Amino acid sequence: MRYSAFSVLTNALGGNRGWTRAWRKAEPKPQYDVVIVGGGHGLAAAYYLAKVHGITNVAVVEKGYLGSGNIGRNTTIVRSNYMLPPNTLLYEHALKLWEGLSQDLNFNCMVSQRGVLNVVHSDVQRNAYARRGNAMRLAGVDAELLNTDQVRHLIPFADFSNARFPIRGGLLQRRGGTVRHDAVAWGYARAADERGVDIIEQCEVTGIKIENGAVRGVETTRGFIGARKVGLAVAGNSSRVASFAGLRLPIETHVLQAFVSEGLKPVLDHVVTFGAGHFYVSQSDKGGLVFGGDLDGYNSYAQRGNLPTAEDVMEGALALFPNFARLRMLRNWGGLIDMTMDGSPIIDKTDIRGLYFNGGWCYGGFKATPASGECFAHLIARDEAPDLIRSFKLDRFKAGAMLDEKGMGAQPNLH
Amino acid sequence: MRIKCPYCGERDAQEFAYLGAADPKRPDPDAEGAADAFYDYVYLRENPAGVLAELWYHTAGCHSWLRVERDTRTHVIHSVAYASPHEAGD
Repeated sequence: MRYSAFSVLTNALGGNRGWTRAWRKAEPKPQYDVVIVGGGHGLAAAYYLAKVHGITNVAVVEKGYLGSGNIGRNTTIVRSNYMLPPNTLLYEHALKLWEGLSQDLNFNCMVSQRGVLNVVHSDVQRNAYARRGNAMRLAGVDAELLNTDQVRHLIPFADFSNARFPIRGGLLQRRGGTVRHDAVAWGYARAADERGVDIIEQCEVTGIKIENGAVRGVETTRGFIGARKVGLAVAGNSSRVASFAGLRLPIETHVLQAFVSEGLKPVLDHVVTFGAGHFYVSQSDKGGLVFGGDLDGYNSYAQRGNLPTAEDVMEGALALFPNFARLRMLRNWGGLIDMTMDGSPIIDKTDIRGLYFNGGWCYGGFKATPASGECFAHLIARDEAPDLIRSFKLDRFKAGAMLDEKGMGAQPNLH
Repeated sequence: MRIKCPYCGERDAQEFAYLGAADPKRPDPDAEGAADAFYDYVYLRENPAGVLAELWYHTAGCHSWLRVERDTRTHVIHSVAYASPHEAGD
């Protein structure tokens, strides 16, 4: 069923009894051309495999229900304000795809380009952000350096005269913003399903079958599924799933928490990041303020964190916006983050024929979803990396070609 | 999460700094194939979903390096001991 204003109207008149399932509940077939593990970036990859490359005998296997993993656990922010060219170009390509995604998928992804504002608290930091903004503009990305009054115009209620962290300006990317994350999963699932892709939920991969150096399929909790090519897109659990194929990765799994406050009337128009600590915030369409911050800092597969990080995030919030002090937090959760040794993702072939890897997204997974899916589909379909992901190789650490945006080295909990 | 430091007693994990897995040993730089061994040592990780032996430093306490066995799925700490043989009295 095609969604439109007309379909909304006619279904409303019919008491909304005419809506059908957005995607089929597929049973696994014995054999596919491509099996993609992971219903996040994997859904996007399956969609572009079908749409761009005409490969429709594809299954996406997801261990839980759709949207239960990292695609539904992020803070929904999209932006491309990176500095190293491979990162900037990939995230900018993603942002361009976000801009047309709702039309492309015929599904309202609630793309809201409300602007991402990085607040600056010192002259040195302004220099650093001027450099980043210039790097972005050189790559064709929009960036504006703002002075204090311009920032005051955007967030008048922020604490501009904070004794330790006075606001001295900001870097604004107007095209950045937020996208409803569940809608992205549902939209991609529906559009891929329409093109013949099987989306198999509650199906956990427990093994990868390899014969003579080539992949043959995956063992799952719902039986063996044969495939000529297998793509892994399971960021958070990459090390575990890749270990089924005997791979050791330059990745540690960490937990990143997010928090949502009680609902408020519209108060915050942009995505705002605090420059003197790690804290960022946006207001969802339901009115809740969505807070994010730092990793907890230790390896974890628990999908929940500890309270010191919560306290740290709230302190950041109050240093920037004292008027949030009386807000009550409604809920918090944790997502598993693949942290690589340089803070940048990996999309590459592996040494095993027909096995492809997509992971190591660190903090940047959600905002990359469309570009990651499109590039991964290209890599799987043609067995050749498109230009955008040439730098995101699995062996770049051995080759010394790191993409270390923060310059932290091989200490993943600091990226 | 609380860590029972053998010198200071049970303290909040916030008092400690985290390094990572405890077991990888720095390879011999003069040995055959040292470049590969160093690549493995510096960049590759076991990253288990389960019990991991790791190093924590008691920054806000006794400044000891501790070897902590912790389950990464549940954050349950199974054992804590001095990491250095000198402090452990070996």
